[in-house]
Amino acid sequence: MSKTSRTSITMPATAKKDSIIEIRAIAQHDMESGFRYTEGGKQIPRDIIRTFTCTYNNVEVFKADFYSGIGANPLIIFTTTAVESGTLEFKWVGDGGYEAVNQARITVS
Amino acid sequence: MKKTNHHRRNWLKQIQGLGILAVGCCINPLTAFAKKEDADEAIKKIVGSASVREGKVTLTIPPLVENGNLVVLKVSVDSPMTANDYVKTIHVVAEGNPLPNIFTVYLTPRSGTANITTRVRLADSQRVWAIAQMSNGSFWQGSAETLVTLSACTEMV
Repeated sequence: MSKTSRTSITMPATAKKDSIIEIRAIAQHDMESGFRYTEGGKQIPRDIIRTFTCTYNNVEVFKADFYSGIGANPLIIFTTTAVESGTLEFKWVGDGGYEAVNQARITVS
Repeated sequence: MKKTNHHRRNWLKQIQGLGILAVGCCINPLTAFAKKEDADEAIKKIVGSASVREGKVTLTIPPLVENGNLVVLKVSVDSPMTANDYVKTIHVVAEGNPLPNIFTVYLTPRSGTANITTRVRLADSQRVWAIAQMSNGSFWQGSAETLVTLSACTEMV
């Protein structure tokens, strides 16, 4: 079974056509950097979210690659143009088979 | 009475000297830690042989950070974001982190603006770079410097 966690999307539910909307996407994740050690001196293996993609009615509009420099519970705020009503799908993929998917609907007038 | 005052002044001066020494001790390991070459190498890997020009990119981080584990970082690139002229990618590189690359974002003309906000980890007081590649292939960079009092990734578990 692959790992997953809670995610949250904040964006407007309605928008004027061709207006720019702001999307805030956050995922619950420790983002273990792989540079930390336990008290016993053992290195803690890296376990991070690697990529984040946003598709708007199945068209990819935004993609991000994360490295261990991203803080825990990665939050990313970006913008996109509201072109048509439909569904935005957000996907996080990470180490150890981590995968999380979230969706949000938007009505464009 | 006068003599004691004099003593105290001397004593204060000595203490002040100690303080300056302590600050010096704090700064020295930091400069030793900064791995500018690693960051340069990471930047080189991104841009290849192309030249990077200063400007267009604005990177915002707080000038003084108490805890390096969560630092709000904002990048914005000055671009009309039309089909012919838009920002393709933005890379953020920190020169003092164990791994210089922090994140890379891929934008399209549909992004509308080239403004990205996220939260990053900073291992040290350092300079952070943002490099943007435009749709015509040119590279632009911007940077910001910050002072971190409590570093990320050093704490034990």
